[in-house]
Amino acid sequence: MQDVFQLAYWIPLLPLLGAMINGLGRHHLSKTLVGWIGSGTVLGAFVLSLFIFFQVKAGNSAVVHYFDFIKVGSLTIPFSFQLDALSSLFLLIITGVGFLIHVYSTAYMHDESPDQFARYFAYLNLFVFSMLLLVLGANYVILFMGWEGVGLCSYLLIGYWFKNPAYTAAANKAFIMNRIGDLAFLVALFWIITKTGAVGFQDVFSFVQQHQFTAKFTGTDITVITLLFFIGATGKSAQLPLYTWLPDAMAGPTPVSALIHAATMVTAGIYLIARSNLLYSLAPATLHIIAWTGLLTALLAASIAIAQNDIKKVLAYSTVSQLGFMFLALGTGAYAAAVFHVMTHAFFKALLFLGSGSVIHAMGGEQDIRNMGGLSKKLRITYITFLIGCIAIAGVPPFSGFFSKDAILLSVFLHSPLQYALALLAALLTAFYMFRLLFLTFSGRFRGTQEQQHHLHESPWAMTVPLMVLAVLSIIGGWVGIPAALVPDAEALHHFLSPVIPVLSHTVSHETEYALMALSTGLVLAMIIAAWVRYRNYQPGAPANAFVNLLENKWYVDELYNKIIVRPLSALAGWLREVVEASVIDGLVNGVGRAVQYSARQLRLVQSGQVGVYVLLMVLSMAIMLVIQFFVRK
Amino acid sequence: MIALLILLIPLLGGIISFGAGTNKKLVSLVFTFSTALLLTLVLLALTCFKQPALSAFSAPWLQGVGSSFSLSLDPLASVLCLLTAIVYFLLALYMLEKPIERSAAFYGWLLLAQAGMMGVFLATDGLLFYFFWELALIPMYFLSSIWGGPRRIAVTFKFFIYTFLGSVLLLAGLIYLQSLTPEKSFALDALLKVKLTTAQQSWLLWLLLPAFAIKLPMFPFHTWQPDTYEEAPTPVTLVLSAVMVKMGILGILRWLLPIFPIAAYQWGDVIMGLSIAGIVYASLIAWRQDDLKRLVAYSSIAHIGLMTAAAFAANVTSLQGLCFQLFSHGINILGMWLLVDLIERNTGTRKISALGGIAQHSPVLTIFMLIIALANIALPLTNGFVGELLMFTGLLATKSNYFLVLTVAAGLGIILSAVYTLGMIRSVFFGQPNSVTAQPITLSLLEQLVLLIIVVLILFFGFFPQPLLDVTAQYTDQLFRQVDISYLFRKF
Repeated sequence: MQDVFQLAYWIPLLPLLGAMINGLGRHHLSKTLVGWIGSGTVLGAFVLSLFIFFQVKAGNSAVVHYFDFIKVGSLTIPFSFQLDALSSLFLLIITGVGFLIHVYSTAYMHDESPDQFARYFAYLNLFVFSMLLLVLGANYVILFMGWEGVGLCSYLLIGYWFKNPAYTAAANKAFIMNRIGDLAFLVALFWIITKTGAVGFQDVFSFVQQHQFTAKFTGTDITVITLLFFIGATGKSAQLPLYTWLPDAMAGPTPVSALIHAATMVTAGIYLIARSNLLYSLAPATLHIIAWTGLLTALLAASIAIAQNDIKKVLAYSTVSQLGFMFLALGTGAYAAAVFHVMTHAFFKALLFLGSGSVIHAMGGEQDIRNMGGLSKKLRITYITFLIGCIAIAGVPPFSGFFSKDAILLSVFLHSPLQYALALLAALLTAFYMFRLLFLTFSGRFRGTQEQQHHLHESPWAMTVPLMVLAVLSIIGGWVGIPAALVPDAEALHHFLSPVIPVLSHTVSHETEYALMALSTGLVLAMIIAAWVRYRNYQPGAPANAFVNLLENKWYVDELYNKIIVRPLSALAGWLREVVEASVIDGLVNGVGRAVQYSARQLRLVQSGQVGVYVLLMVLSMAIMLVIQFFVRK
Repeated sequence: MIALLILLIPLLGGIISFGAGTNKKLVSLVFTFSTALLLTLVLLALTCFKQPALSAFSAPWLQGVGSSFSLSLDPLASVLCLLTAIVYFLLALYMLEKPIERSAAFYGWLLLAQAGMMGVFLATDGLLFYFFWELALIPMYFLSSIWGGPRRIAVTFKFFIYTFLGSVLLLAGLIYLQSLTPEKSFALDALLKVKLTTAQQSWLLWLLLPAFAIKLPMFPFHTWQPDTYEEAPTPVTLVLSAVMVKMGILGILRWLLPIFPIAAYQWGDVIMGLSIAGIVYASLIAWRQDDLKRLVAYSSIAHIGLMTAAAFAANVTSLQGLCFQLFSHGINILGMWLLVDLIERNTGTRKISALGGIAQHSPVLTIFMLIIALANIALPLTNGFVGELLMFTGLLATKSNYFLVLTVAAGLGIILSAVYTLGMIRSVFFGQPNSVTAQPITLSLLEQLVLLIIVVLILFFGFFPQPLLDVTAQYTDQLFRQVDISYLFRKF
């Protein structure tokens, strides 16, 4: 019955093979073949993931052990996969959305030369492989392999157009900021190994359950480990203070932004914490920090998104903000709600990014929404699907985003009214900036050049079909998590996840739930109308006030980091090189050398050839020796 | 017996090479054949003949002072001999088509250096160890001062004086140690049995350590290294950094830790602190280098810093990680040097600011550089990750009071290595090609083969590290059997 579990290794292996074939054969394969190999391998992984999913749904789960990766002393790090509710859900998201984005890419990247086209697909497949490894790994080391692998692929794909120095700078920035988080992840990992002697999720969790708050595993241990993992997550999932790489990462091709920087990789941090929910539930202090970090990130990024004019930048900050919502959910202990939002967000944010790609494609590379407008007539499918995405992310029932956001808001409401008010504010900002984006892009009059207007066209089917599939998912994707207040025996997703994530017991009346839903829906609709009034017939030229300038310049956070971290560090390195290394250390060495030379010259003077001096020295030294002997005897 | 053969093959190869005179074809053939034969022998020794009778060798030698010609191919020596054999063989393949002035002497000295290093790794007698230690140094002196760059004389002189100073202290320490043994013997077994007071251990530790610290080099004894690496011809730099620095680690592992465990424990914090300060220091300086060779040189100091710290953390995890890294670091830095050499040969410069856009015309070279650079910054699924994972785990498990500070400080190297490595790749390989890099760098079949072997080793041991870890496990078993230092170092 569980034979399909034994085949689980094919899920990451297929994309890896695809990456190798496309990478090595890039000079020999036609674009069509490259596209088929790239998409086909991910489709194969998707089909296998479906089998796994249904096995898990039937109540099975397993840890499949392949071989011992490292065995040193009493430490064993197996290469093994965890097949359970959490990983199977992520498998479906990664391979499903991943497949659609691969298909989309075959059309979007069609202007590339064949070998570059193959290089792109090799990287993209390698990314899918790494991401699958991340969620399949049954221990923190395998998870970290995937964790670093996706970081590498992100680096390669952000800098895919490597001739542009700004793009490669963005790639480096992404990798290095992720590495800062990785250091925290690693220290947490070493700490776990030192304390528990194990790395496997099940071993670690059962050890912690047995020894929690004893000398073997103190409260400090739990706090430090959870906090360090969270710092790791802030790097990968673009939270304060390490979020600034994600907006820059938009330098990569748009499908990459959709897959890596919206739907999958950036949710790795949420996966890590949801996977370790047992540890986090023991660390209320850490949860507190997570909740506030997520909330502040959600607010900050949403405020920046309001004033951005690059279509992809708006979506990037929106992603940062939505990830903040997920961390807020984690911080309030609503792990399942966070995972639920990961899923719906993957649908609608991938849809929105791919939609923006379709717009950019039609506009001949233009990304500034001030130069767009009125596109709804020429790009029907893109417009309708983008609209669906906007409604979904804004949180209007019965679209998917409503249910996942509602689950988060409810949990926050029960946790802290203040946090609820701020989270609601962030949700309203979301509705506003998304519909600002929609109206500026698709409504009003076209504001671009004549040439662009002439060029406007709907994208080919390889791009529009994925848009349509994602649009359907953005509508119905939330129905797996309809709250019990609306439909009896609902919350299918929470029950599905319950073996990994314990179900929270609500103590809230249905009336309160209805009131909260009505409040958020009403306010969201008001924000949409406000955006409609303001941006439906946008005319460029109105001077911006100082506050909008501040938002447009992203609160000057990049400049601040540059001033207080990058430049001082660079100056320190220069000082070490010029002064310490050259003058102090090497100077000391050379000084010692010169001192030896000098004393040698002085000593040579002693050999004067005068017998009297020799005799004197002899007598003196004999005297000294006698004195020494005298004292030593005593 | 095999141990003796491992020593004799390069020695004979060197002598024949000197004798071959001006026949360049014959010289390269001798070099290639000798290194290939040695690699075959070491591989056979590791896989087929594991009986101790075959791997050890002893003959009388300077009996008057209690020394004997004793060699042993124990697990630690086999890792290092394997590394040396691989590095030399790949170097021979790489150099096969490249002309070099006075090649007979060049390859002759290189082979003699190989013999010297093999002797250092194999010797189980203190005086013999010292003898080979010096023997390995002399060829390097000639190689750098004859075939080196414009500043070669001054730089090589400094290198020689510096390392010679360490050697003198090493000899003094060994002689003193011998005088303390009841049977007045230099044999490692006798030295291990000597009863030393804590004060004696400390004095001896500081007599022996400078030699090893200079050879590594350990911060702040490192200033000879970037200059020497820069001035020496790349094949020599490569041998120095891939293999010769391992002599320092071996010195610590075989002649320091087991003989002076209490002193190593007491001074551990200081030495680990220095090593880790060196990681951050060298990484920051590497970031600000404009010469590819100096960048690799400083990055090597940073890597070695972690290895030294792991040695003094002295638990099963850190030591096995260290032994694994001895091998990985050699392979990876070999790859780095070959790529630097290829870039310099084809563009005529090593200046990072003068290069750029190589990826445009030379995608194959770029892929090799990416993989090797990623191994250097210890990305998972490369060999670099395994060693660092174990060394860091071991470092955090030490008894030191500052273990967390030490680990995090050492971990800064993880971030900084990405900063300078990716910065270099961006400047050299990405962007628009310029007049210097307008011509594609095409790799000959042989060069591609050499780099491919390196990449295969990187990925293989990144995914299946266990075969090598089984060998290093034998080493730690043996070490902790020889000396029970588990009461000092938390055994993990």
